[in-house]
Amino acid sequence: MVTEVDKNMPEKNDLNISTNKSQPVISVKNLVKIYKVGSETLAALNDVSMDIFAGDYIAVMGTSGSGKSTFMNILGMLDVPTRGEYKFNGEEVGDKNKNERARLRRDNLGFVFQSFNLLSRTTAYDNVELPLIYGNIGSAERREKVEKALISVGLKDKMKNTPNMLSGGQQQRVAIARAIVNNPKMILADEPTGNLDTRTSMEIIQIFQDLNDKGITILMVTHEDDIAQSAKQKVIFKDGKMKSSEEVHDRLIATDQLAQMPKPEEIVEEA
Amino acid sequence: MNIGSTVKISFKALGKNKFRSFLTMLGIIIGVVSVIVMQAIGKGSSADVNARISSLGTNLITISPISARSGGVNQDAGSGVSLKKEDADVLLKEVPTIDAVSPLVRTSAQIKYGNKNWRSTISGVFPGYFTIRVLEIKDGAIFTKEDEKKLAKVCVIGKTVQDNLFGPGVDPIGKTIRVGTIPYLVIGTIVSKGTSGGGQDQDDIVLAPYSTVQNRMLGNDNVNQIFASAKTEGDVNTAVTQIGEVLRTQHKLLPGAPNNFTISTQLQIRETLNTVVDTITVLLSIVAAISLVVGGIGIMNIMLVSVTERTREIGTRMAVGATGIDVQFQLLLEAVVLSLTGGVTGILLGLLTAYIVSRFGGYSTIVAPDSIIISFVVSTLIGVFFGWYPSRKAANLNPIDALRYE
Repeated sequence: MVTEVDKNMPEKNDLNISTNKSQPVISVKNLVKIYKVGSETLAALNDVSMDIFAGDYIAVMGTSGSGKSTFMNILGMLDVPTRGEYKFNGEEVGDKNKNERARLRRDNLGFVFQSFNLLSRTTAYDNVELPLIYGNIGSAERREKVEKALISVGLKDKMKNTPNMLSGGQQQRVAIARAIVNNPKMILADEPTGNLDTRTSMEIIQIFQDLNDKGITILMVTHEDDIAQSAKQKVIFKDGKMKSSEEVHDRLIATDQLAQMPKPEEIVEEA
Repeated sequence: MNIGSTVKISFKALGKNKFRSFLTMLGIIIGVVSVIVMQAIGKGSSADVNARISSLGTNLITISPISARSGGVNQDAGSGVSLKKEDADVLLKEVPTIDAVSPLVRTSAQIKYGNKNWRSTISGVFPGYFTIRVLEIKDGAIFTKEDEKKLAKVCVIGKTVQDNLFGPGVDPIGKTIRVGTIPYLVIGTIVSKGTSGGGQDQDDIVLAPYSTVQNRMLGNDNVNQIFASAKTEGDVNTAVTQIGEVLRTQHKLLPGAPNNFTISTQLQIRETLNTVVDTITVLLSIVAAISLVVGGIGIMNIMLVSVTERTREIGTRMAVGATGIDVQFQLLLEAVVLSLTGGVTGILLGLLTAYIVSRFGGYSTIVAPDSIIISFVVSTLIGVFFGWYPSRKAANLNPIDALRYE
């Protein structure tokens, strides 16, 4: 599950991302997450262990309530496990406080959400700029990076548009640009195609596959089989446990799929 | 996170809710306007009171003799008369902190002009008396040192005397009036001062040269009072001490013997009045300060609403790497921008209101620079103080809870 990291990919920080199997990017052991709802306790995650290596592209599947979202949120340091060990790049995340976790997130992770989570009444440009602002990056460098990220998702002409002037697919591409603008080690996507039609979904997957080819590790939660088929590895959750983990055969390649699809007029995104 | 970007983000966030931001600021604006206007009116009134008292002569020092009797017992021979014209001369020469001195002798007399007559008082004074008592000449002129030397029979009259002897439309200058049996040429009239604090008509006076009154109308050389004016207001207390020492020497009083004169000043009255004005100003300022606090609570309220409304936004910001400190700083800055913009607007409106009040409202207003600086600082502090809790609340949000908030 390890691919060669593109040597041309600029490395933003000094964290030494290992390309060999002995050092996973993420290593979790015996993760448990318990929610208390009134007097009932619910184990959203029950003893989950996993290693994720640089260049992996993992689809996490499962029914609603299977624990897949909780798993992703913990890996994304948005949530903390009740028990268990979480090492990111060899560092124990459990030892870090909220602000340190925020900085780790800022420098190493990019998020893509089902509902895009763009700031309303804020231009695409300003949305993408956010992580850089929090990263204390100078304005000239910010401009360069934001433009590069927006161009790479094909939104060169939409930089000054606010989310309400963009289609769903365009909004999700802004969100992806925001996720990659900081050159993250890993992208965490929670149902990234959940609100999109088939063709637009495939376009988003195409971007993910491109990014993965460039060496970015991707963890994607989805419940759609064909979307999961685009990943390299498929993990299935059930009742808070990891039920199966297998390599994807006959991987779906978005570029091929798109080539086969007709391009009907009505799907052309409005300008 | 750099400050320039944060300030920009804050303004953007506030700009999204312009009307709400304005209403929130309104509390601070009203508070600052009232603080500035109340202070300006207080300072203005205080200055008015001082000006009015100065018109009576703040620098005025009055020296009066004490009757030679004390507890019904006659004192040493020679102490019966305590003040003479010579005392006034010595004071002017030996007390460096006073710039004018005048003795005053006074006698009641029937005053006649034509077929009219009026019972009043004629006082004999030095020309310096006009300066000391801040008496302004309306028409004509005051008498001079020459008149004093020559025992000239000239006088200056107050408005009451003028009205009773001459009636309207008659110019008294150059007319001769008879005081008792002696004819005096009227050479000037005094600007009306109205009734004094004690209810005495200050315009019912006839002033003539000291020597004239003393020699022509009185049988002795005792003076009723000596008036002096200190060079500045600050010199008054020093002058009082020095006058006391000089007069004791002049009167050859033994150490331990009581003064046979008393010295009084206007300062006491003024201090009392100023205390009243200050108290009123403080009370009004407290009311204004309360409205500032209410404005601050308005800011806190709207920031709490804003934090709740923007919970998902805050979650998103945290997901892309904002730390709790970043979130707190941004929201705190929004609160400060709100209160400070309100404060600055309030300062400008306060200056305008103070101007309008003095121009059309008939109050004197003085806007002190320190009330502007205080308003500025206080409105910033209000932003920090009332913005702290909401911003802290936002910073403490759990990223995943914030993201999932509906």
